Amino acid sequence: MDTFILIAVTGIGLGALYFLVACGLTLIYGLMGVLNFAHGIFLTVGAFFGLWAANTFFKNGSTIDYILSALVGGIGAGLFALLVEQLVITRLYDRHIDQALVTVGVALVVGAMLSGWFTNDMRMLPSPAWFMDAVQVGNANIPKDRFMYIAVAAVLLILFIVILRFTRIGLIIRAGVENRQMVSALGINVRLAFSTVFFLGGLAAGIGGVLVASYQGGVTPLMAGSWLIYGFIVVVIGGMGSIGGSALAALMIGVIKQFANYYVPGLGDFVIVFLLAVVLLIRPQGLLGKVSA
Amino acid sequence: MTHLALNDVHVTIKGSHILQGVTFEVPENKVVALLGRNGVGKSTTLKAIMGLYPATGSITLNNKELVGTKTHHIVRSGLAYVPEDREIFASLTVKENLSLAERDKNPHYDLVYSLFPELKTRSGQRAGTLSGGQQQMVAISRVLLNKNSLLLIDEPTKGLAPKLVTEVADALAKVSGSSTMLLVEQNLALVKRVAEHIIVMDQGKVVFTGGPENLRNEEFVKKMLGVSGGSH
Repeated sequence: MDTFILIAVTGIGLGALYFLVACGLTLIYGLMGVLNFAHGIFLTVGAFFGLWAANTFFKNGSTIDYILSALVGGIGAGLFALLVEQLVITRLYDRHIDQALVTVGVALVVGAMLSGWFTNDMRMLPSPAWFMDAVQVGNANIPKDRFMYIAVAAVLLILFIVILRFTRIGLIIRAGVENRQMVSALGINVRLAFSTVFFLGGLAAGIGGVLVASYQGGVTPLMAGSWLIYGFIVVVIGGMGSIGGSALAALMIGVIKQFANYYVPGLGDFVIVFLLAVVLLIRPQGLLGKVSA
Repeated sequence: MTHLALNDVHVTIKGSHILQGVTFEVPENKVVALLGRNGVGKSTTLKAIMGLYPATGSITLNNKELVGTKTHHIVRSGLAYVPEDREIFASLTVKENLSLAERDKNPHYDLVYSLFPELKTRSGQRAGTLSGGQQQMVAISRVLLNKNSLLLIDEPTKGLAPKLVTEVADALAKVSGSSTMLLVEQNLALVKRVAEHIIVMDQGKVVFTGGPENLRNEEFVKKMLGVSGGSH
């Protein structure tokens, strides 16, 4: 039972990080149909912004300082995402192959620039001391940092749900996911909604980047690779454009992966890819996705 | 006074030359019906006016050029559009569908609910679960909420049960008294009831412009529209 609790909670913690990566991806694809391969670099840029803030302004390693660094990381990545959208994506609407190619290009170029400036060495991101501790649940010692990841993901999930459900921009985004052309035909500048989504997606990825840096021991220009792949898997399993679907899928994937790796070390990735194949065969629109017309 | 004017408008979609030099005018405070067989370019004409299809030539609203203007700017200049397939937002509630369409400071909910009282009682219902007729009411209500200088309405009675056709037709008849309207419609009874001018299209061109009295001429209707005029 203790092992079960340990694996379940650490799995939920991992799922929380996957959700932070995936929620922006799912909104960007759901609303704009953009397969954004630059999303991983948003995470990396966010981690570097967070590292800079932690080393420059928020140096005393307190929880508040860590949260403020994560916020700076999120805002930095959100603005970077907005810049990418304005400079690159807006010129390529409805040209999906070009979008995929150019976002891969952005990821490669920005990744290479970060490697050139900072080298590929891992840089420690200052974290609160209690991140190294564990809390005892039953006889299981659960690393405390996982609760931070879960709390941040929960806050962002609630924030996104509130924005989508109870604000006008959220209404426009939900309508735009269904029918962009008709939103324009009601006199609404749907591009503004696109930009908002890009900023929010970058914000979540940037905050996720700071948390991922704590999870894997530091910041490096190469940190986004497997996280982006898992982000895409979460989006596909959860359903394109569904925030709730992404939360559910991220949770499932985090927990299943941890359990699989516990019983057969290294099996986690295989099980997740198998799960992806099963979902694509049985429910191609994803768990909470809608069937496209 | 000319309100909307199309001059030599061409639209090509995926290599097909759909509109081949469409020219006509819609005078202020008149209801003009755009008629023709299926596939002659009526809906494409409305979409070209709305900026939803790229067009060449000239489309002006009160002498302001619309070709090359973004759709949301065209709508804000006073043009409102009810598309052929309603295109309501199925996952949003009726109220959300309507509030999304609000542009004026004081949207005309009183007018909408007086025409379609049903929508008030169903305001919390998801629009995708409404019947076809109720969805059409939502689609028409979206444009009636705001003050518009021209309404473009594409086949509002298509696929509706006869009782609902009457209800929608009554609403359009009420609105037509105070609006400029370009109406695409196959239901000739409705056209005869509300239209003051008719334009007939064939193969991407305007082939006839005149009064709705021509629709009483069985031979004209058969020749121009390929249908019989009485029951349709």
